[in-house]
Order: sequence, then structure tokens, then C-alpha cells
Amino acid sequence: MAADTQEASVDSGFGQISRTKDVAFRLLALAATLIGIVSLAALLLNVAVDAVGWLDWGFLTNPPHPNPNNAGFLPAIVGSIAIMIMIALVTFPLGVGAAIYLEEYASDGYLTRFIQLNIANLAGVPSVVYGLLGLGLFVGLFNIGYGSVLAAAFTVSLLILPIVIISAQEAIRSVPDSQRQASYGMGATKWQTIRNVVLPRAMPGIMTGTILALGRAIGETAPLIMIAAPTTVFGVPNSLLSKVSAMPLQIYNWASYPQTEFQYGVVAAGVVTLLVILLTINSVAIIIRNRYQQRT
Amino acid sequence: MSRDTTAPLPTGLGRRDFLAAASVALSGGMAGCAGVFAEEGNQVNIAGSSTVFPVTEAIASAFSEKNPTVNLSLSKTGTGGGFGNFFCAGRTDINNASRAIADAETEQCGENGITPIEFQVATDALTVVVNPEADWVDCLTVDELRDIWRAGGAERWSDIDEDWPDEEFELYGAATTSGTFDYFNEAIIGEEENHRSDYHATERDRTIVQGVQGSEYAMGYFGFSYYSENPDSIKALSIDDDGACVEPSIETAMSGEYTPLSRPLFIYVAKESLADPAVRDFARFYMERAATDLVSEVGYVPITEDQRDENLAKLDEAIAEVTE
Repeated sequence: MAADTQEASVDSGFGQISRTKDVAFRLLALAATLIGIVSLAALLLNVAVDAVGWLDWGFLTNPPHPNPNNAGFLPAIVGSIAIMIMIALVTFPLGVGAAIYLEEYASDGYLTRFIQLNIANLAGVPSVVYGLLGLGLFVGLFNIGYGSVLAAAFTVSLLILPIVIISAQEAIRSVPDSQRQASYGMGATKWQTIRNVVLPRAMPGIMTGTILALGRAIGETAPLIMIAAPTTVFGVPNSLLSKVSAMPLQIYNWASYPQTEFQYGVVAAGVVTLLVILLTINSVAIIIRNRYQQRT
Repeated sequence: MSRDTTAPLPTGLGRRDFLAAASVALSGGMAGCAGVFAEEGNQVNIAGSSTVFPVTEAIASAFSEKNPTVNLSLSKTGTGGGFGNFFCAGRTDINNASRAIADAETEQCGENGITPIEFQVATDALTVVVNPEADWVDCLTVDELRDIWRAGGAERWSDIDEDWPDEEFELYGAATTSGTFDYFNEAIIGEEENHRSDYHATERDRTIVQGVQGSEYAMGYFGFSYYSENPDSIKALSIDDDGACVEPSIETAMSGEYTPLSRPLFIYVAKESLADPAVRDFARFYMERAATDLVSEVGYVPITEDQRDENLAKLDEAIAEVTE
């Protein structure tokens, strides 16, 4: 189709028309798409096949054990979920608050632009650096215990906060200005406008960004290693200062076990569990978001 | 954040109630700010040797089935890393150790008011392994081993024996934070020489297995359990201490024939931590189980029943002191 429209402009500097190039480029683009999808499918299939026979009820409800047949994942699952909930509680108010300030209140001066630039850069900082920050700040300075639920949640929160802020800003920015003006025209204050007009319209977008960021958070390993989270935990966390392990950390630990059953069976079962839980959390969040979207 | 009604729990409430309340508070996303900084009870923290790790993991797993509300954490930091960064700093209650505590570490513990109590929990046969393709070597003397692993010693297989290939060693060993490194250093290298530093040092024994599998001219050392799980993919060398080659095995380690590389494995319990009932229960459980098959299943030699009784007596004495 593109070639047809270009036929008229052969002489106008678009270069010669080439059917072959057109088809070749299309195939190239298709190949680029397929390489990603096929390797992902191969990976999932490979892991799923390895996990067969290992991923059973016992695996999900037992504590870890050096014998692969008795090894269980429960404390790591509970740990990951506890960390996730704390992260959501920390990042959502902070991220949305920062986004509202930057979009609605801050004047467009040098300082705002400087902050904006920094947030964008922070989103690209390697997670191990955040781990180091968490170790120094939360474990060292605030002394809330190495490897505790709180230390882990705060550290990973820092890591995903820039992503949450940026996506919340995008969502707030996409609310048409005319609606704000209409609200002001009705005599509403800034706070009333934000609460009644901006936030309800922006909320689905904000939640999408937060969900994606949480998805990244659940798979993070490096920051947890840096704050010395124990690789293996037995029992469930009984306070926010309890030591906590997480699914990726336990998987990493299993990968170093001497038995091949661990490397091919138990690790695969762990990976499948991690993926399933991640997808479940994401889809629950998406359902909640869609409900919200319909209501407003 | 609103104050949460389950937060200020009266002490006397059962563990189960507390757990239920805590999980409701957490899962409801209502973990209020009050109460969460409550005392760190029901918690046992363990760090230290990756060699002792499987023993402690097996025992902790069995303990956890009986006491599901106790939160037990376990990390691999190496014996030295565990003493220095965690145990003697008062951050853990128990340290796994594949060698006895050093004087400097006892001193560090003392400065922080921590009294380490030593318990032997198993015996290991530190195993030297090579690639199964390396058919020229089955047994090494202690002197030959020293020459391979000391700084400024042999560089090539042919430096040890002229019939052996003229190829450089590819060496995989324990990292310096590891008790396995310290023990090997002491038993093989000795005080006059230094352990070489140009080798692949790791705290992950799995890496050593992979490295040795990957090269015909590689050599490595680690705890026996890593060999016993991979007997086909790597080859263990017999060690000749005084004229006879002895292969590493549970039997030779138990009988004391496998010298000088059979070594005791320990856990160190902080006496002060024994005031906490969870630590006390776990330590007692550990001592009782260290003499059973739980230990031999992970590839180490269990302690004898006499040793067990000795440990229990030592533990009870310490408990009596801190609870008075």
C-alpha cells in the first residue's frame, strides 16, 4: 500500500521504488518480532517441562529442605507477597503525591526541570545501586534490621518509585486542561479540582503504571542480596522486622545446590510459581483497575 | 496511615493468635505504624559457612514443621564473613562454622558482649576433585597438594610429575571468607607458606563443580557433600598423608583415616541469645538431631551419641546461666 502511494513521487527524492525492499523490510520486522516471542515461548516451555513432577502441593506448602523431594517454597512465597504489599503501600501515596505536585503545583522553573531530569535518570539506575543505598540508609543509618520486611520493602520501593512517578505524571498530564478550567469556573478550589476531576480521570493510567512497576519489584534480586536478606527462611514473618526471603532469592540459592534435581526440577518449579503469582497479582490489579474505570 | 486495632497486642496472647492477627494485618494492607516495631521475638537468625548450611537447613526444616510460627532465617556468608559481619556484631544468634573460631573473632565478640559457645555438629571430608578425564592422577600426597596450592609453587601439571601433561592448572577453590579456605590453608599449606591468590575463589561450591567439569586440567576443593552428589561428573582424589592413599568417604572420615582433610563442623551459639525461648528450643533440637541420619543424608558424618550428650550438657549449663 505504501508503495502505491509513492509511485506518484518517484522523482521527488524518495528514491526508487523497490518491491523487494518493501517485502524484505516487512520480513525483517516480522523476524524481529518472532525472535522475541519464540525465545520467550521456548524459555517458558523449557521451564514448564522441567517443573513437571516438582511443582506440587507439597512444594507450595513446605519449608525449604536440602533434599530436593522435600524442598518447599512457602516461606519465600509469603515473604515476596509481604514485601509486595508493603511496597504498594509505600510507593502508591508517595508516587502519586510527587506526580500531583510536579504536574499541578510546581511552577515550570529550573528547579522543577532539574527534579524532573533527576527522576527520569533515577528510573535507569541499576538495581544493585539501590541495594547499596538501602544497605547504607535503612540497614545502617535507620537500623531497621538487615534483611527485614521493612528494609526490603523500602529499598525496592526506592527502586520503583521513579517509574511510578513518571507514569502517574503521564496519566495526570493526559487529563484535558479544559476539564480543570471548567472545575475552576464552577468555583472549585485547586484541591477540589484535583480530587474530583483530575485524579478520577487519571487513576486508571496511574494504576497501570504502578502495576507494571510492582511486576518489576517482585522479580528483583540484587537489592535484596545487598541488604543481606537471608537466602532461606523457615516459618512466616511474624513482624515487619522479621527476616524475609523472596522467591527470586530462594531460586538463586537453589541454583547453587549440588544436586542436579535442584538445578533442573526445583528451580524450574520455583520459576513457574514466581511467574504464576506475578501474573495473578497483575491480573487481579487489572481487574480492579477496569472496575474503577467503568465506575467513573 | 490509620492506627490499626490489632496492633497493641497484650503479651500473654498465644502464638497462633498473634500470627493470625499479624497475617490479617499484613494481608489486609493494614499494617499500621504502631505495634510493628514490637519486640523481635520468635526469631532465630543464622549465618555462616556454606559447608554447614545443608546440615542446618535440614535440621531447621524439621524444626519448622513442628514449630511453624518460629521465623528462622539462614544465609550463606562463609564462616569468617558470618563471624565478622553478623555473629560477633550481634546480628545473628547462631553461626555455622567449618573451622573453629579464631582468636581475633572471639575478641571481636567479647567487645560486643557476645559469648560464643562451640558445638560440634558433624564431621566433613574436605574433598579435592579433578575432571574425570584427568586419568593420570588418582592420588596426591600432602606435599604435592601444597606445591599446587601455595603461592609461587607449581604452575603446570608437569611440574609435579614429569609424566603428567605440560598444561597449566585451572584452580577453583573456596573464597577467603570461607572456613573451607581457612581449613585447607591450615591443614595443607601450613603457616610458612601462603595460599595462592591466582585461582577462581568462590563461596558458591556449585561454581567449583561447574569449573572442574569444564576443563580437563582443572582442580578444586570443597565439602564432601558436593562431591557425593556429583560422583560421575567429577573425580575425587585420594590423599596420601603418611604412605597410603585414602579416598574421601563418610567411612574414612568417621574412622579418622582420612587425614589431614577430615575436619569437624561446628555451630556457634551466642550465649546471650539463649535467653530467647525460640533460640533455646532450636539449639536443643539441633543438638538432638545432629546425631541422626539427617546429617548423613546431606553427605556428612553425624556426631556420636556421646558427643551429643556432651553438647546437650554444655547447652543446658549455658541455658541455666542466662535464664537465672
